[in-house]
Amino acid sequence: MRNYEVTIIVDPVLSGDEIKATAQTYIDHLEGEGCTIVHTDNMGLRTLAYPINKRNSGVYYCVEFEAPSGEFIDKMELALRRDERIMRFLTVSLDKFGVKYNDDKRKGLIGKKKKQEEPKERADDRKPAPKKAEPAKKPAEAKAEPAKKPAETKVEPAEKPAEAKVAPAEKPAEAKVAPAEKPAEAIVAPAVVAAAPVKEEEE
Amino acid sequence: MASRDDIKFLSNPKIGQKRKKYCRFRRFGIKYIDYKDGDFLTQFVNEQGKILPRRITGNSLKFQRKISTAVKRARHLALLPYVTDLLK
Repeated sequence: MRNYEVTIIVDPVLSGDEIKATAQTYIDHLEGEGCTIVHTDNMGLRTLAYPINKRNSGVYYCVEFEAPSGEFIDKMELALRRDERIMRFLTVSLDKFGVKYNDDKRKGLIGKKKKQEEPKERADDRKPAPKKAEPAKKPAEAKAEPAKKPAETKVEPAEKPAEAKVAPAEKPAEAKVAPAEKPAEAIVAPAVVAAAPVKEEEE
Repeated sequence: MASRDDIKFLSNPKIGQKRKKYCRFRRFGIKYIDYKDGDFLTQFVNEQGKILPRRITGNSLKFQRKISTAVKRARHLALLPYVTDLLK
């Protein structure tokens, strides 16, 4: 006994009943071959990533079954290929992990999602995680760069007061405020600048 | 002459302090990669829909192979594009 999974894309132009009937014919066909249908998943109407036969959407069906032998699969695929209502199909043999995954997925979606998606969420977290790691880096870089920047900003303030000195005596107060803002911006700016190359690395 | 201090800046110093990459499938015990889960697979694909190398994703060879078959299956089923721009 081996486990298989066949995913078919049915033409969405057909009426709802016809689509169901199409899927049902193949399910019956499988049962006729002595297979036990483990699960039929109607994944519904989805937009395709690229047009197939000038259609931009398709109705996805996924049938998981247990077959005594794989010989009839050729026949089934031939039938699928000849069927004009079927846009695409894919038959895949499942290993034990695949069977377990599908089983978990079916067992109350939430239960499965906790089991399967928890790692996934963590995996997703991994994406933000580097971002968390980045900020950790950023300050380091930010510190590194500000070390440069203040040098620059010091040059600027040095100029500013010079201007300020040229300007009337009222200006120095403003000039002092302005340089105080400048370094703050300077610290923000390198962080942004630093983030961009790091992201590229990430890609 | 270039001293040792100069040489270290020949490469980008930001790359130097990278964290270690790891295989998420090993670490989190994911054994099976579902080809029907297009959203998950987009993580292993660049903007043009090309499969990212192990060098960047950090996957172990075993799971990189699984990823690549899963991505190819997903492409066949039009869950992922073969060629595109601005996938993400």
